[in-house]
Amino acid sequence: MTLLDVRDLRVAFPGRGLRAAPVEVLHGVSLDVRAGETVGLVGESGSGKTTIGRAVLGLVPTSGGRIAFEGKDIVGLNARQRRALADQIQVVFQDPYTSLNPSLTIGDILSEPLVVQGASAKDARSRVRVLLDRVGLPANAASRLPREFSGGQRQRIAIARALAPRPKLIVCDEPVSALDLSTQAHVLDLFIDIQKETGVAYLFISHDLSVIRHISHRVAVLYRGDIVENGPASEVTSAPAHPYTQRLLLAAPVADPGEQRRRRAARRALLETQGAMS
Amino acid sequence: MLIYILRRLGTGVVLALLVTLITFLLLGTSFEDVARTILGPSATPQTVAGIMSAKGWDRPVLVQYADWLWHALRGDFGVSVYTSLPVAPSVLQRAAVTLSMIIPALLLTAVIAVSLGVWAASRGGVADRIAQGISLLGYLIPGLLLAIALVVLFAVQLKWLPATGFTPITEDPGKWARSIAIPVIVLTIGGVANMAAQVRGRMIDELRRDYVRTLRTRGISSRSIVLGHALRNAGSPALTVMSLEFIQMFGAALIIENVFALPGYGSYAFNASLQGDIPVILGVTVFGVFLVIIVNLITDIANGWLNPKARVR
Amino acid sequence: MTAPDETSTGSTRPGDRVASDAVSTGRVARPSTELLQAVQAAEASERTTVLRRLLRDPQAMTTIVLLLVILILGLLAPIIALHGPNEAQLSMVNAPVGTPGYPLGADESGRDIYSRLLYSVQTAAVSALIGASVALVVGVTAGLIGGYFGRVTQGVTEWLFSLVMTFPGVLMLIVLMPVTKGAYQATMLIFGVLLSPGIYRIVRNLVLGVKNELYVDAARVSGLGDLRILGRHVLFVVRGPIIIAAAFLCGSAIAVQSGLAFLGVGSLQVPSFGAMISSGFRNLYIVPTQFLWPSLSLGIITASLVLLGNALRDVLEGSQPKPAKVGAGQRVLAPEAADGGAYDSRLLDIQDLSIAYPDPNGGLNEVVRGVSLDLDKGQILGLVGESGSGKSQTAFATLGVLPNEAMIVGGSIRFAGRELIGLTDAQMAPLRGKEIAYIPQEPMSNLDPSYRVGSQLVQGVRATLGISQREARERVLALLARVGIADPQRTFDSYPHQISGGMAQRVLIAGAVASRPRLLIADEPTTALDVTVQAEILDLLRDLQAELDMAVLLVTHNFGVVADICDRIAVMQSGRIVETGTVEEIFRDPQHEYTMMLLGSILDENVVRTDAPVDAAGGKS
Repeated sequence: MTLLDVRDLRVAFPGRGLRAAPVEVLHGVSLDVRAGETVGLVGESGSGKTTIGRAVLGLVPTSGGRIAFEGKDIVGLNARQRRALADQIQVVFQDPYTSLNPSLTIGDILSEPLVVQGASAKDARSRVRVLLDRVGLPANAASRLPREFSGGQRQRIAIARALAPRPKLIVCDEPVSALDLSTQAHVLDLFIDIQKETGVAYLFISHDLSVIRHISHRVAVLYRGDIVENGPASEVTSAPAHPYTQRLLLAAPVADPGEQRRRRAARRALLETQGAMS
Repeated sequence: MLIYILRRLGTGVVLALLVTLITFLLLGTSFEDVARTILGPSATPQTVAGIMSAKGWDRPVLVQYADWLWHALRGDFGVSVYTSLPVAPSVLQRAAVTLSMIIPALLLTAVIAVSLGVWAASRGGVADRIAQGISLLGYLIPGLLLAIALVVLFAVQLKWLPATGFTPITEDPGKWARSIAIPVIVLTIGGVANMAAQVRGRMIDELRRDYVRTLRTRGISSRSIVLGHALRNAGSPALTVMSLEFIQMFGAALIIENVFALPGYGSYAFNASLQGDIPVILGVTVFGVFLVIIVNLITDIANGWLNPKARVR
Repeated sequence: MTAPDETSTGSTRPGDRVASDAVSTGRVARPSTELLQAVQAAEASERTTVLRRLLRDPQAMTTIVLLLVILILGLLAPIIALHGPNEAQLSMVNAPVGTPGYPLGADESGRDIYSRLLYSVQTAAVSALIGASVALVVGVTAGLIGGYFGRVTQGVTEWLFSLVMTFPGVLMLIVLMPVTKGAYQATMLIFGVLLSPGIYRIVRNLVLGVKNELYVDAARVSGLGDLRILGRHVLFVVRGPIIIAAAFLCGSAIAVQSGLAFLGVGSLQVPSFGAMISSGFRNLYIVPTQFLWPSLSLGIITASLVLLGNALRDVLEGSQPKPAKVGAGQRVLAPEAADGGAYDSRLLDIQDLSIAYPDPNGGLNEVVRGVSLDLDKGQILGLVGESGSGKSQTAFATLGVLPNEAMIVGGSIRFAGRELIGLTDAQMAPLRGKEIAYIPQEPMSNLDPSYRVGSQLVQGVRATLGISQREARERVLALLARVGIADPQRTFDSYPHQISGGMAQRVLIAGAVASRPRLLIADEPTTALDVTVQAEILDLLRDLQAELDMAVLLVTHNFGVVADICDRIAVMQSGRIVETGTVEEIFRDPQHEYTMMLLGSILDENVVRTDAPVDAAGGKS
């Protein structure tokens, strides 16, 4: 069952200066996310991957195309209708240091989406306890402030906040990119566990192919505002068809000296072939 | 760059027109009172109406504004209601007195404040504490009190400088300097208090930036980094502060002039306003607005030159 | 005339640096040790509540109490004054101090000075109240609206306040006398409007800063409406600066009202400090003390307000960074023992290096503990660790560019036999650039935004090689071509904000190798770059290293990068080196459990999701 259906999405940002032409960042991209699956969206800076996420979340206006959630178009919604989607679509952002309001307690931060949807204070409190337990944080965290937690712990809090209203889809915008290696692996596993348990779907955005490979069922590759490749994770991330994805794959260094030498040679050969073809 | 300047100039002109219009509209409510004041005790409704129509004050306000503007653009600002002297030359002459006080004060302030701020930021320790102390002292004492205190000290007790009176620079530079010495000192102290703190703050921020560290690793001298790089980047906000400072000084000068009985802009505006001398009031306002716009324009141009990113806006 | 700080938005919180550095790639860097220390220090000072800190601050409490006392005295004037404020007794004209019934004497009209002072407090209080509240109400509302809502709204508010700022200040208060009739309440109202642009700027900047924070986006996604976001998330940030501004605004209002009253604006019936100073000034030669009393009173009130504003700023915004002597070199705890340890012929020899930061309780917090490593000519050493391990601190210490707060508490760093610890910038200058070079992590923030790229490089080259301007220019152009920039002349003439992140990094590499250094210290040179660009930069570094036979100290957290370019590895954890070895040794057979854990955390290239998506109906648990 298709949860999220993005069709020919275009997003343009106003140009700098008074009469500058708008700059199109997404040139008509299409992708879909089914219930319970992870679709990985991989691209480098300027590819527009964050913009897709923000468009789905309603944080950025679109200039063309369609985004449908459970069959209904969500682009042209007014503010109130958009707010009603808050318990269906949630988000985990990249920066654990600025995605939590530093002056609110964890309890306040986690109960915010619940209270907005009309939950009573008592219900919110018990749900917060459940959530903290789910992400592996102690119950007393609810009365503490974000600054008392490490980056990895803050991301867990952000995940708990996203889970609070029991959404069907979570947009994950580079959620592990700012974390240390050791923490990355744990947080990724947490994402996977939660998905297996609750059946939530992820639109998982990252620039790191190995992260994408680890967590995605299907992968879409974004290059300068266009999706250049789309398919099952195993194929796209190990035997890609599109030249850009091939370059991307071979550019990532592998943590083994001998293996890396071979990859370097393969990359050089690939670039030469691609250069000869263009 | 040229387009940037022209755009700023255009904006300034529009703003000037709006300000004069608003002032005119506000003053328009008091024409009748002014008429009554001119006539004095002999005012009757008939004579008041008579004067108003004689001066054209019974016409719709916008029409009067258009008429005034039409003349003003030609340089004709009318004549004083009371003295019948032409407004424009008087305004300029009075303004010259006040400006001859403010401009030296501003220049002195800039030099002292920048030096103090840079010194404090690049030395730290004792130098920093001294600079902060000086800033604080300047803030604590209102200009008015400082002016009076200095007059009492230097003019009355020590008799080094004249307490009152003004000599134009064209007449006798030496005497001119002595006649404006205390006012300039007062204005400078207040100005330095504000600006030095700003410059110090900006410099400290700049010196902590990444690019400063990278420049150090290239072997570039500390002096070059502080004066050539940090100061230049800190300069832009400091310039903005300076333009605000100018306008504040102008306001302070209006009051301080009174202490020294200087025949400047302040007393001219004050007397005119007290008597309701509308043409003079308008002339005075226009000049003030003109000054603000010129100062802002200069600051914008300097900022545009210093900070390439600002030109895009 | 004092004014609130219009052009700054308050202290730069340490957390701001992380966010602002993400400009070029949108990628957030892992926090550096220096940042973590600063954040810890700032947060420790915030641990007590604001109110408690306020109560403990002597400057704040003294001024608050003083002002309250004065205010109460003024309010009680009808009770404690001895005469009416305008009650004139001809027989008492210029009565001296101590006359019965006239403790401070009487003025030129025979009015009791003491009583007039009390009533003047009322005038001052009302002036402050009107002026400050009008400025705040207008400025805060407009700032919230202009800062939060879209470009169009902001354009409108910008225009409005430009207009207000075009009015020539205090002159307007005089000029509009026919309208206000000199009434000080009306005048203060206009003054409040004239002051509002400053408040507007402060609030607008704060709101703009918060508006783009991710937690505001998260709140929107959680379904909060704009009004609730403003009230819950935005207003909090605005609170502190507004309170501080209020103190300064009150001071300004009182000072200006006094000045106008001194000139004679307004009714003579209204008692005010300005009017009293004016009459006292006129009587200066007759009774010199007459002008003393109102002057002192005014002075005390305005000074208290300024000091209160400063104290509030310290309490609410925390301590500001302190300046340190530029060029003094790094702080060292104890002078070095002359030549302690065997003289070594290696290029870089770090022995037992320890670096500490002051902790909020006054002690020292060690971030690098006894680190030893060495590097020989032509070798590439990878210094690997997670955030907070102290790897960058070690690199900075070698270059002599540790932040001012840091202190070297032990150990030695020898370059070609020469001790580097304790050298001033002037002593380090001949080495920097020429012998030891540096490539930073984040390219954009490491270029001076006001200078063209070319001129920055030329300046560096001339500083190290002392060649002419023209020669330096040619060298730089050649270098830019060497590092793979397609159009060197164009990049040479560009400003930093006009080039991409990858190009900026190439520029910085060019600047570093310009003088053929013997040692290159690269601090996570590819972390902020896209992976395809990273591969190219690594190729470039490898080529340059081979060509110039440089020793390279490469700080990184990425084992892939290490595998690609390094000969040897040193692994750091919490300020200590836990393992060193050649690249083959470490990857094949790590000894220390931390190294093993790190290598184990690397995502396996072959693992993919094998479980099918859970089709839980509705997805709700």
